[in-house]
Amino acid sequence: MPLVKFVSFTGEETEVHVSAGTSVMQAAMDNGVSGILADCGGACSCATCHCYVDDAWADKTGKPDEVEEQMLDFVMEVKPTSRLSCQIVVEEDLDGLVVHLPESQI
Amino acid sequence: MSSDEHAIIIGASHAGAQLATSLRQSGWTGKISMVGDEAIPPYHRPPLSKGYLNGDKHSDELLIRPAAFYEKTDVDLLLGNRVTSIDRASKTITLHEGATIPYSKLALATGAHVRKLESLPGHGLGGVCYLRDLRDVDQIRCYIGTGKSAVIIGGGYIGLETAASMRKMGMNVTVLEALPRVLARVTAPEISAFYSRVHAEEGVRIITDAAVEGIEGDKDVRAVKLADGTSIPADVVVIGVGVIPATELAEAAGLDIDNGIVVDEFARTSDPDIVAVGDCTNHYNPIYGRRLRLESVQNATDQAKVAANTLCGKLEAYNALPWFWSDQYDLKLQIAGLSQGFDRVVLRGDTESGRSFAAFYFEGDKLLAVDAINRPKEFMMARRALSSGQVADPAKLADESVEIQQAFS
Repeated sequence: MPLVKFVSFTGEETEVHVSAGTSVMQAAMDNGVSGILADCGGACSCATCHCYVDDAWADKTGKPDEVEEQMLDFVMEVKPTSRLSCQIVVEEDLDGLVVHLPESQI
Repeated sequence: MSSDEHAIIIGASHAGAQLATSLRQSGWTGKISMVGDEAIPPYHRPPLSKGYLNGDKHSDELLIRPAAFYEKTDVDLLLGNRVTSIDRASKTITLHEGATIPYSKLALATGAHVRKLESLPGHGLGGVCYLRDLRDVDQIRCYIGTGKSAVIIGGGYIGLETAASMRKMGMNVTVLEALPRVLARVTAPEISAFYSRVHAEEGVRIITDAAVEGIEGDKDVRAVKLADGTSIPADVVVIGVGVIPATELAEAAGLDIDNGIVVDEFARTSDPDIVAVGDCTNHYNPIYGRRLRLESVQNATDQAKVAANTLCGKLEAYNALPWFWSDQYDLKLQIAGLSQGFDRVVLRGDTESGRSFAAFYFEGDKLLAVDAINRPKEFMMARRALSSGQVADPAKLADESVEIQQAFS
């Protein structure tokens, strides 16, 4: 099972193992990682699961599609590595993925 | 609070799940129990009419949190249980099997029941279904499949989402709407016309002003008959004509009821030890300056957070902007705000061809809401503006050469 590491805004790290095929958002919800709200449950409709993909992983997670990109324009403190975590699916090739959480979702 | 206090949540869906989680986050150290009549932990309901209906998603994938999460946070799930009464004097609830459980604080997250058409002839035939919970969809799934025919009674969001999902499965789908247009209760005529066009393009037949006379069949449904004599073949009928707030328990317990369980801005009912959250509540919204009853995930989630704080002694008023979404075919509809009371609609983009535009609803100069179809930017901008009280310029909204951000000040 791939490992995902969440780093909170204050630097606190949480490592969780997830089944392949799980989104980064769901991994956070399943394990009670705070800092992600995920109001719409993964429909890419609310932009409350914003995260920053660690620079070392940014290529591997791919780029947001057009809808996600437009949503990201309006999140707090957007950066080039910003993603909606519901749109990143963890497969074996993302074992060890590191994502950083923003100070606030809304 | 002391750790021997007990918070009981009645209802285990979006609102209940959020309340249990938020109670722990807000510092509730006592016991938490959540009672639900279904056998599985709280799950996402929006996919029921989409991914779960067409078989893309398994029920495990719908869970808001896995069962292990509730164990870890010390929330007792009393699933497969129904609460039959609340005794406010002794501060206890009674379960259907007779057990009586004491509470220190009680939360009602009882949701809503589907409005049933029980007097409709043929209502009891096999294949006549509703769509509210997982069990309903499991039942619908016994009757669907490629080439089969479905009649949907009700052209609201549930009905149209169901129609889209079934059409994608290769079914023959007819939607019957009693009013002159679909989505009449919630959108402007332009949006209704747009959804009718898209459904027609996708091969769904929509009949408006439809008067359903009865459902025909022997054991299972065979057809739906209209008052004008039309008979529409059907292997399955899905009735989606709205919901009624589930207030029976609260009413029997003597709490104030008025189109929902009446709560204040802190989610408190007329009993200070009882809060209520989600679809079952009638609450005040300061952005619109009136009392509302909302049927939405957003309201369930946000009101639950307020209620959790209240139960932990932190009073923070509920003041969230209502928002909604509906996915049909390749249409991503995102709605910010409430359009009721609008006197003008400003369109950005073309509703008559293509599948991308936003409709801004105004009452005088005041922006009330936006329906954004495949327009995430317009949705996000309007949601922010409506929450923060920014003013919108209708002329700029209508002009696509002006960046959406520039239309607000």
